[in-house]
Amino acid sequence: MTTSLVDESRAGGGAELPPIPDGAVMLTVNIQRFNPETDDAPHMESYRVPAQPGDRLLNVLHYIKWYIDGSLVFRRSCAHGVCGSDAMRINGRNRLACKILVKDLLGSNNKAEVTVEPIKGLPLLKDLIVNMEPFFDAYRAVKPFLIAHGNEPSKERIQSQTDRARFDDTTKCILCAACTTSCPVYWAEDAYVGPAAIVNAHRFIFDSRDDAADDRLEILSDSEGVWRCRTTFNCTDVCPRGIQVTKAIQEVKRALMFRRV
Amino acid sequence: MTNPTASSPVGSLPPDLSGAVASTSDASSRGIEAPRAPRRRVRTGSNFEMYSWLFMRLSGIVLVVLVLGHLLIMNVLDGGVHRINWGFVAGRWASPFWQIWDLAMLWLAELHGANGLRVIINDYSRRPGTRFWLQVLLAVSVVLTVGLGSFVIFTFDPSMGS
Repeated sequence: MTTSLVDESRAGGGAELPPIPDGAVMLTVNIQRFNPETDDAPHMESYRVPAQPGDRLLNVLHYIKWYIDGSLVFRRSCAHGVCGSDAMRINGRNRLACKILVKDLLGSNNKAEVTVEPIKGLPLLKDLIVNMEPFFDAYRAVKPFLIAHGNEPSKERIQSQTDRARFDDTTKCILCAACTTSCPVYWAEDAYVGPAAIVNAHRFIFDSRDDAADDRLEILSDSEGVWRCRTTFNCTDVCPRGIQVTKAIQEVKRALMFRRV
Repeated sequence: MTNPTASSPVGSLPPDLSGAVASTSDASSRGIEAPRAPRRRVRTGSNFEMYSWLFMRLSGIVLVVLVLGHLLIMNVLDGGVHRINWGFVAGRWASPFWQIWDLAMLWLAELHGANGLRVIINDYSRRPGTRFWLQVLLAVSVVLTVGLGSFVIFTFDPSMGS
């Protein structure tokens, strides 16, 4: 039995419900809904979905969109934790819906309930979709591309394994915005460049082939730069790629302090 | 990296003009950097936020010693808070060591706290007007507290009021 608890008129969506597999639990999913054309403010809606413990939360959202309420919108692309489209606040923590499993959301008391909200601190557009432009503006501001002065080498730019290892961690970023939108400084002051931009600056600042570390450090020493970081470690906790974000920020601070990368 | 001044590429000029351009301008104006061009040094702008960040750490370390020492002397050692009176304060401030101790504690604690408040105001005030006036209020309170405190420490007279 799978129906929307709130709006029966929209339930059913026309599609025939798939059979409920063995071992499925009925999961109550509370989703923050917002339609800018009809709603003044976001509100919560609840859905009951049969889910297997091994399902990803993204499967649950798909079930709701395909079988219960087709008006639900959210971003997702690769669905395998690579593109970083489906970052959302799941039970109060920023997670990728495609990487978190239902069994990890059930909790120790097996309470089959989960709350899904859009990431915080960016303008809300609709349901779980936020405007990512301020996030990408900050990303572009740190010049996240290789800048090399002098003549182009005729072969590849050689780099030792030790030099490569210095920024290995920060190459993993998929720009999902989970870290930036978990940062309380970013919630309060959206001019702050945010952890993700600093991670991507770090990736080039500590690259031995890059010549523009000074440029990027200059940008990050601004009043909206790294010195706004209060080391709350929210960013490190939520990174779906396990990047040591706070460590990267501290390394940038150290580079600024000693003017040495 | 291309040179921003090379907006008119030589290739777009008529053949008879391209030689003239080459002879009147150096290589860099055609977007070609000299071999092994020295790395561009970036001017270092205002580092105020960095020094403020550094000040918070350093003053914090010093304050741990100053404040714990102060608490120990005032509240724990040798009878603690019960022996504090006019004479006790006068006796301590007769020594330049305790004058400097208290002065350092006053200045560091006030600036440390005010800098923290400044950061909080920057974070949480939404409108530039609110931010400005809160900062002004903070600055005035700092000047008053530090000024009055320093004045008392330097001009304290044990015979006052007797």
